[in-house]
Amino acid sequence: MKDKEIEARKKDETDVAAKAEGTREGIYYRPKVDIFETETELTLIADIPGVEQGDLDIDIADNTLTIVGNVKQKDDAHNYIMQEYGVGNFFRQFTLSEVIDQEKINANLSNGVLTLKLPKVEKAKPRKIEVK
Amino acid sequence: MARYRWYVDRDPFLNEFSRLQREMSRLWSQNFPEGQSAEVGLFPLVNIFEDQDNYFLTAEIPGLAEKDLDLSVVSDQVTIKGERKLEEKEDVNYHRRERSGGVFSRVVSFADRIDPEKVEASLKNGVLTLKLTKAEESKPKKIKVKID
Repeated sequence: MKDKEIEARKKDETDVAAKAEGTREGIYYRPKVDIFETETELTLIADIPGVEQGDLDIDIADNTLTIVGNVKQKDDAHNYIMQEYGVGNFFRQFTLSEVIDQEKINANLSNGVLTLKLPKVEKAKPRKIEVK
Repeated sequence: MARYRWYVDRDPFLNEFSRLQREMSRLWSQNFPEGQSAEVGLFPLVNIFEDQDNYFLTAEIPGLAEKDLDLSVVSDQVTIKGERKLEEKEDVNYHRRERSGGVFSRVVSFADRIDPEKVEASLKNGVLTLKLTKAEESKPKKIKVKID
């Protein structure tokens, strides 16, 4: 049986609303993500090639998760013979429906892939009320 | 598995042709935004630039380590092969599934022959950078004209 072939996809450009951090120069792309959840946690995996540890900003405020990755190596100074993809920063926002335990968030950046584990707040245990 | 050769050279007609392809691709993706396939069989997408003595190729291959990548150079072609494995999760509820995995193999052809002894490759943060030195005999030789 043939091995599954990977798809090549163009990067999506995105508009970044000017936020408190100020407007940054450059093109922003929307990274491709996988999001899945289990009973206890939400996991987000994003492809952000070219972003180093120090250039990644993850923020949670008011149930909104914001991921900003800055890519230093912008080769716009070069004359391309062939250019199939653009090099730019990454930006994406999500609204979280679950309440996340912010103390226990775990982020890992390796080979240009960000893995974010967001544990859900333990639901309060139901209290049994005895009727006398 | 489809293998496409891309000729990177300075023929104006071919450049025009690939510009036309890019335009069509752009128009297509305007109508079908969000994760539409660029061109089938062309992972990874590459950027190429050159100086007098070298070609430079960059490609984004997030999630791959050196051991997952298979690079080879012969004559005027570079082959980039590998497999991107995604974590297979059972028993989870997917909200989004945008990343794609699988095998890939791409051949990029250049206008000059490459010196296979002098290729430099680095993989950092999921970005592959290749420095391909043009073979000596490929470089144009200056011819001295004797004036009698």
